[in-house]
Amino acid sequence: MSSSIIRQQFPLLQQMMGSYPLCYLDNAATSQKPERVIQAMDDYYRRNNANVHRGSYQLSAAATSAFEAVRLKVQQFIHAPQPQEVIFTHGTTEALNLLAYGLGKQLQPGDRILVDSTAHHANLVPWQQLAQRCGAEIIAIPLTHELRLDHQALKVLLQQPTKLVALSHVSNVLGSVNDIPTLAQEIRAAGAICVVDGAQAIGHLPVDVQLLGCDFYAFSGHKMYGPTGVGVLWGRQSRLETLEPMLTGGEMIKSVSFAHTEFGELPFRLEAGTPPIAEVIGLGAAIDFLNSLERDQVQQQEQQLLLQLQQQLAALPGITLYGAHADNSGALAFNLAGEHHQDVGILLDQQGVAIRCGHHCAMPLMQLLGLKGCCRASLGVYNNADDIERFIKAMRTTITMLTGE
Amino acid sequence: MPQPDVQLFDNCQQQQPLLQQAAEAITAATNWQDKYRLLMQAGKLLPQLPPQWQQQTARVSGCESAVWLYHLQQQQRHLYLADSDARIVRGLIALLLAAVNNATSAELAAFSAEAYFARLGLAGQLSPSRSNGLYAIANTMKNLSK
Repeated sequence: MSSSIIRQQFPLLQQMMGSYPLCYLDNAATSQKPERVIQAMDDYYRRNNANVHRGSYQLSAAATSAFEAVRLKVQQFIHAPQPQEVIFTHGTTEALNLLAYGLGKQLQPGDRILVDSTAHHANLVPWQQLAQRCGAEIIAIPLTHELRLDHQALKVLLQQPTKLVALSHVSNVLGSVNDIPTLAQEIRAAGAICVVDGAQAIGHLPVDVQLLGCDFYAFSGHKMYGPTGVGVLWGRQSRLETLEPMLTGGEMIKSVSFAHTEFGELPFRLEAGTPPIAEVIGLGAAIDFLNSLERDQVQQQEQQLLLQLQQQLAALPGITLYGAHADNSGALAFNLAGEHHQDVGILLDQQGVAIRCGHHCAMPLMQLLGLKGCCRASLGVYNNADDIERFIKAMRTTITMLTGE
Repeated sequence: MPQPDVQLFDNCQQQQPLLQQAAEAITAATNWQDKYRLLMQAGKLLPQLPPQWQQQTARVSGCESAVWLYHLQQQQRHLYLADSDARIVRGLIALLLAAVNNATSAELAAFSAEAYFARLGLAGQLSPSRSNGLYAIANTMKNLSK
């Protein structure tokens, strides 16, 4: 499927930013939504809106069926063994918070938690908070000089008893990919729980949680062409059953008296309150969209574009790329020598180019790189060679305006 | 908070006519390239804040770039000293100072950054988001004068 046929499905991308066509390269922050996702949510509110799981009437039954059908879709999409292992959340951040809270009573003072140095704050701060509550210790897994996870260092760290290891599947800043199948196997063999933040992988790479071999995998709908406000925590059933619910009330109970509450079964015991129903329906449509693509081919096209982006950007005067490898996915981090990342972002914006500039919610990584921040361009399925050309042209203008070169 | 010497405020104050000329040139410019070139040039007219005054305590929060702001009241007048590590924000600070440096409390209370930047033809290009921090800087200047 050509990228133009894919692109036509995204109404937002047709617009102009002043006199420049929109060049959207901030997909790592959020992806745009195809017509079918927008329509599915619109349709839900126009025709099927009712609360799920409880109603005794046809409308509620239809809404519940549509909602639960998405759980099965997600199960198939990530190859989860059981549908009840798919927990709907508001996004990756909530998924990881729910997990860190839920594990609370399983940790003892002095337990070690290893965290990827590229971790997004959402995969670091909940572990820090957990560590503070239970007296555990957080240890950063170092990076190599190439800014990849230092596999040898992790092996050494795992020689001491370790409770949990939190990894990024794909770094939201650098776009570097961790070899989760290998890492997860070693982590679990060492007796630790392996948690993977899949927010940046889910829209780019095929995700098979059984092949990945981790214990938990979290992702957001809005980074895979679905709506904001919905995400998923997948976990092995045996692990999920041990989690204390972070939120209580609503759908998650079996029986309540003033003396005692009995929690319900998975997945409901971890899904308190009315879920984001329209967003879950939208997520289902996003999965349909992704399944409608020839994903191998689309992934290859995206990889080609990322390589073009890396090569063409690296060839511009004064540009430094960070951890840019050919096997990265989706994103590219860079700076212009002697210039503030914000100036680059503002001048690109004047030319219709949307990228992200800042610390990207990965301050420890910025500290490691000795940077105040950086620029990040990130790709989606609808980006094409024209976008790369526009971006590079806009970068040339930006460099000229900032440095006079 | 330790305060820079009054001399530094005076140096900044002396640039006022040049900053106001720069604001006029930006108003007259018709395309974004000219506006932003002039904006960055305006930033260069601002005296650089010596490194010892680039203090965390003087940072304006809500800006992606580092912005340091000092305030001094002399009789009825409010003097400011400000700088940033980013070129465009430094230019925006220069424009803000062109409008409000040496103003009275009443003038500052009546000052609208939105209306001012709209007159300069920059409103459409500068969102009130946290990214450039322009409104955070303007609000901090106004609050310091109260």
